[in-house]
Amino acid sequence: MRSIMGDYEETELRLGLPGAGGGGNEGETSRNNSGKRGFSETVDLKLNLNSNNSDGNQVEDMKQKNLIQASTDSAKPPSKTQVVGWPPVRSFRKNVLAVQKNTTATDDKSGGSSTAFVKVSVDGAPYLRKVDLKMYQSYQQLYDALSKMFSSFTIGNCGSQGLKDFMNESKLIDLLNGSDCVPTYEDKDGDWMLVGDVPWEMFVDACKRLRIMKGSEAIGLAPRTIERCKNRC
Amino acid sequence: MAYSFPEEVLEYVFAFLSSDKDRNAVSLVCKSWYEIERWCRRRIFIGNCYAVSPQIVIRRFPEVRAVKIKGKPHFADFNLVPEGWGAYLYPWISAMARSYPWLEEIKLKRMVVTDESLELISKSFKNFKVLVLSSCEGFTTDGLASIAANCRNLRELDLRESEVEDLSGHWLSHFPDNFTSLVSLNMSCLGSEVSFSALERLVSRCPNLKTLRLNRAVPVEKLPSLLRRAPQLVEFGTGAYSAEIQTDIFSNLVEAFSGCKHLKSLSGFWDVVPAYLPAMYNVCSRITSLNLSYATVQSPDLVELISQCPNLKCLWVLDYIEDAGLKALSSYCKDLQELRVFPSDPYGAEPNVSLTEQGLVTVSAGCPKLQSVLYFCRQMSNAALIAIARNRPNFIRFRLCIIEPQAPDYLTLEPLDTGFGAIVENCKELRRLSLSGLLTDRVFEYIGTHAKKLEMLSIAFAGDSDLGLHHVLSGCESLRKLEIRDCPFGHKALLANAAKLETMRSLWMSSCSVSYGACKLLGQKMPRLNVEVIDERGSPNSRPETCPVEKLYVYRTVAGPRVDKPDFVWTMDEDAALRLS
Repeated sequence: MRSIMGDYEETELRLGLPGAGGGGNEGETSRNNSGKRGFSETVDLKLNLNSNNSDGNQVEDMKQKNLIQASTDSAKPPSKTQVVGWPPVRSFRKNVLAVQKNTTATDDKSGGSSTAFVKVSVDGAPYLRKVDLKMYQSYQQLYDALSKMFSSFTIGNCGSQGLKDFMNESKLIDLLNGSDCVPTYEDKDGDWMLVGDVPWEMFVDACKRLRIMKGSEAIGLAPRTIERCKNRC
Repeated sequence: MAYSFPEEVLEYVFAFLSSDKDRNAVSLVCKSWYEIERWCRRRIFIGNCYAVSPQIVIRRFPEVRAVKIKGKPHFADFNLVPEGWGAYLYPWISAMARSYPWLEEIKLKRMVVTDESLELISKSFKNFKVLVLSSCEGFTTDGLASIAANCRNLRELDLRESEVEDLSGHWLSHFPDNFTSLVSLNMSCLGSEVSFSALERLVSRCPNLKTLRLNRAVPVEKLPSLLRRAPQLVEFGTGAYSAEIQTDIFSNLVEAFSGCKHLKSLSGFWDVVPAYLPAMYNVCSRITSLNLSYATVQSPDLVELISQCPNLKCLWVLDYIEDAGLKALSSYCKDLQELRVFPSDPYGAEPNVSLTEQGLVTVSAGCPKLQSVLYFCRQMSNAALIAIARNRPNFIRFRLCIIEPQAPDYLTLEPLDTGFGAIVENCKELRRLSLSGLLTDRVFEYIGTHAKKLEMLSIAFAGDSDLGLHHVLSGCESLRKLEIRDCPFGHKALLANAAKLETMRSLWMSSCSVSYGACKLLGQKMPRLNVEVIDERGSPNSRPETCPVEKLYVYRTVAGPRVDKPDFVWTMDEDAALRLS
């Protein structure tokens, strides 16, 4: 019989509960009171994202455990937010439940879903991530979160500064012409659009998935986008 | 002696046998009984569409009127079966269209149904009456339009929990004006709005309509109009049950519900505004089945409603009911037989409601007829499980999902082996069991020893070694379906109990430790099983033989290896045959 307590202390794979000691809440975006998971919890494992130059090995290990594959040891499973098909809830039930949260005003006819999870792909990163757009109130917050999420993959200036530069329109054309990265999204019509043109709420509503493209590929987008940038600048 | 009865007499006698088991037994008595029986079998149940082929079925049973077919394994419900795996209906329909022109009923579960299949159904079977598509996918509302337009004698159209590509609500308008035979319509899984006037007219002209389950898009203020046209309804599912609070809507609802003297079952209730729930109170005394699993209403409102339903037999509800609500349930609803409590926030890190093991203990104590439970919660203890087992030895189905994988007894931090052990020991009629929480090989020893009537077992994140699996395979005499995920089981128990697998419908193992080599060996050893490896990493030949496979699906079959496999599925005996040649 293995030592249950020992195993539980050892495992670093489980998410800390909010407020519990050692939870992954180090200085992340503030959590609102509704109990929604903070960004730190959408990070699968306790990667210490605030530390720079995160350990490449650590990332590799985490990646191994992240992938759904048979493990020969009886290691603890990843946190429940990671495990495919667990808890065993049918998808049509998940969709219904996402429409509301346990707020006090249950007869409040708030339209629409209270979460907006979209896939995020970064060119060059080995796997995709998911973010809940409703966790953020502005493009800036989204970029901050994305930079931290993908900081372990060296994709040049697609760090926090690179994306912040993107916000700065005067640097935009430099970026597009240069080697840096461009955030794009697929909208409800299936078109790929440049992030940042429409008001934040409209973006959250329209965005189906995100792709951070490498600058060189984004040049394919460039004619239309550069036109727009020229018009804005 | 059998041969002194004329065939017609035997046929007449056999007609009273409805159970497949009895008919199968009868057909084994002698050749002439086999022949007589096969010509008069009208209903076929195929539990695994790949266990047999359409040709084999049609050859043996030429005069079938009703088929029920199941496709994907149960874990497909939780996205564990990759897209494109199989379970296509079309080959069955195309074969039956030729051979069963008088087919009346098709009931399917977890199959891929295309619009093409639906159209073929609608045109091939002149007397078609019943179509039930449970958890199916692959079709659009265009397919439904074909059914509506062409099936002149349709009685039942039930789309429960299917994934339909909703192109528009137009399909409903395809029922012809002279179509009056509808008895049951369940469109609750659809998103689009249907033409309300078409729906009203349909309901008006079908005097035998007993079941009407609307979809979310039908607003509450339109319900009275429908209920007034169908006072004979027995089962009714609302749409979104919310609106601005207006007294006339409320009073219309009250009046309309009052007119329905035969209502026994209610469902729907999306987006519930609690103030509208009392509109149903005067039908509640007859209600035996209540599905509130979409009703995001707090416990006090739920209790108010439930307290009006003394004859309730079946309740599906969200965990908003909380322990307090379950206590009320146990005191008001003494006839309760089935309870399902679904999680409102399954991915939340912390409990959002006050629902614990105590709720289940209370219900098990207070409801003497309770036999079927599905319960999601966040904490459990051996003590609670033991109490539940002692309270309710009459459980037939017990499915417990403790949300955190491998969660121990929260009081003692021990595994939950003894708790589940008590369940199988006390509940001698248990047919279905789903385990969760921290479990060692011990629990499987208890299950193998006591669960002699167990037919279906679901295991996740449990056990220590092959010994656990061995206990189950060697001890559970009635086992038909075994599904396992994320357990440290390798090949030893599997190979040692290979013969057992031929007595079962199927075995599913994913994220376990069964090596590719072992799968090949099993496939070679057992020619009457299809041993299928599902692996999205590419051919298992590209990895060492000791490498565990992602997913394994083993089932008995008389149809040989599948011919419609996608590129991520490999049948083991096929490979072996190829290598030997």
